[in-house]
Amino acid sequence: MPPVLELRAAQKSFTMHLQGGLRLPVVAGVDFSVAAGQCVVLAGPSGAGKSSILKMIFGNYRCDGGQILVHQGEAVTDVASAEPRQILALRRRLMGYVSQFLRAVPRVPALDVVAGALAIERGAREEARRGAAELLTRLHIPQRLWDVPPITFSGGEQQRVNIARGFLPERPLLLLDEPTASLDAENRATVIELIAEKKRHGTAIVAIAHDEDVRDAIADCVVDVTRFAKAA
Amino acid sequence: MNPTPDETPLLEAQGLTKWYGRQLGCRDIGFALYEGEVLAIVGESGSGKTTLLQLLSGQLDPDAGSVRYRTRDGVLRDLAAMSEAERRFLFRTDWGYVHQDPTLGLRMAVSAGGNVGERLMAVGWRHYGRIRGAAAEWLDRVEIAQDRIDDPPRTYSGGMRQRLQIARNLVTQPRLVFMDEPTGGLDASVQARLLDLLRGLVEELALAAVIVTHDLAVARLLSHRIMVMKDGEVIESGLTDQVLDDPHAPYTQLLVSSILPA
Repeated sequence: MPPVLELRAAQKSFTMHLQGGLRLPVVAGVDFSVAAGQCVVLAGPSGAGKSSILKMIFGNYRCDGGQILVHQGEAVTDVASAEPRQILALRRRLMGYVSQFLRAVPRVPALDVVAGALAIERGAREEARRGAAELLTRLHIPQRLWDVPPITFSGGEQQRVNIARGFLPERPLLLLDEPTASLDAENRATVIELIAEKKRHGTAIVAIAHDEDVRDAIADCVVDVTRFAKAA
Repeated sequence: MNPTPDETPLLEAQGLTKWYGRQLGCRDIGFALYEGEVLAIVGESGSGKTTLLQLLSGQLDPDAGSVRYRTRDGVLRDLAAMSEAERRFLFRTDWGYVHQDPTLGLRMAVSAGGNVGERLMAVGWRHYGRIRGAAAEWLDRVEIAQDRIDDPPRTYSGGMRQRLQIARNLVTQPRLVFMDEPTGGLDASVQARLLDLLRGLVEELALAAVIVTHDLAVARLLSHRIMVMKDGEVIESGLTDQVLDDPHAPYTQLLVSSILPA
């Protein structure tokens, strides 16, 4: 079985033209792979480039070099060199991403934020909303908030809406940026449970988790990104 | 192997160049737009955005380069090789054009229902009841109250006029919509409502669209891909979130870093 995700010598730096062309190296020589049903946790101090690596995999940050291969059966897409529309297709079918903060859109109620991507697929709206309701319930978002746009929610509530949105669609690859950072113990336990369920369904996961308990509970493998930062 | 329709672009521009005398409008612009894709063209005033939009929609003739559009028979056709009548036909059926100023896209003295119904009549609808029914349905979709259907848009607010213009454009189920600063000149709350509406409609109808805007938040919300223009040239392009979160060109970095957080 080929891995779902494979990074080979991926590298990234920023060139800040407004600061006189200052070059900020981020990571280099990033090598690791993730198999179906496996959870790889990226570890390292703040600023070591963990979130940047997730963003590179999702195609949100561009790579300067190397490969980021996403496998689906016989097909392989290299995110590092893919056309925008290939990356969009990957995001629609293969990759899910839970960002650190919810980017809420004005006027869209929480339930629809969660149902989001799935509801667009024709005829699937009601099913998507049912799935969204179930996840919001498990994550303890009270029903009276479902019809409210999450812009006014607390940080923890927004994060749970964001988690529900990322976990609802079944995608072979899931990227999680600090999914439990501002959650209480009960909700943290729910997220650990949700991750375990995804793994049983064969989802490959790359996660950032500072909390040691969470890391121990979800990680099959820990990749220390400090060495990638040093190489940059 | 023949490419499936999905792999053939809907709209394709190559080497598009336009001069106004010695003043450059835009130079050597090329891209391909596929079905269901939304492309934002961003840049400051005078960067050539609107010139490009007019070239793409066949309202201006380029000095060099070409625009090709895949008509419903699956053939990619050069706009310049089409007759004026054929282009007008495209505008009535396959295309929409949303102006920044709704008075340019609406007939101000004709009722709202008439504004929407007129597009249907242009594509051959004749049954009055059905035309009125479709117009009423579209007014509802753009959140205009049914009891305003017989009022002319000159009695409407700016936000309502813009929503009416959108209904008028979408009622014939176009495949491609051009929008020139669709939220320009509207209050923030009116803008949010319009953006939300546009976002929903674009997704639901799987519309392809080219949106000119100077507002990066509008581009982020509505578009999949983005082209950044400066002095008539495209200086950076790519996935919208990629270009906005990891801008490479000095000018794009300046644009992105110039936004005041609300």
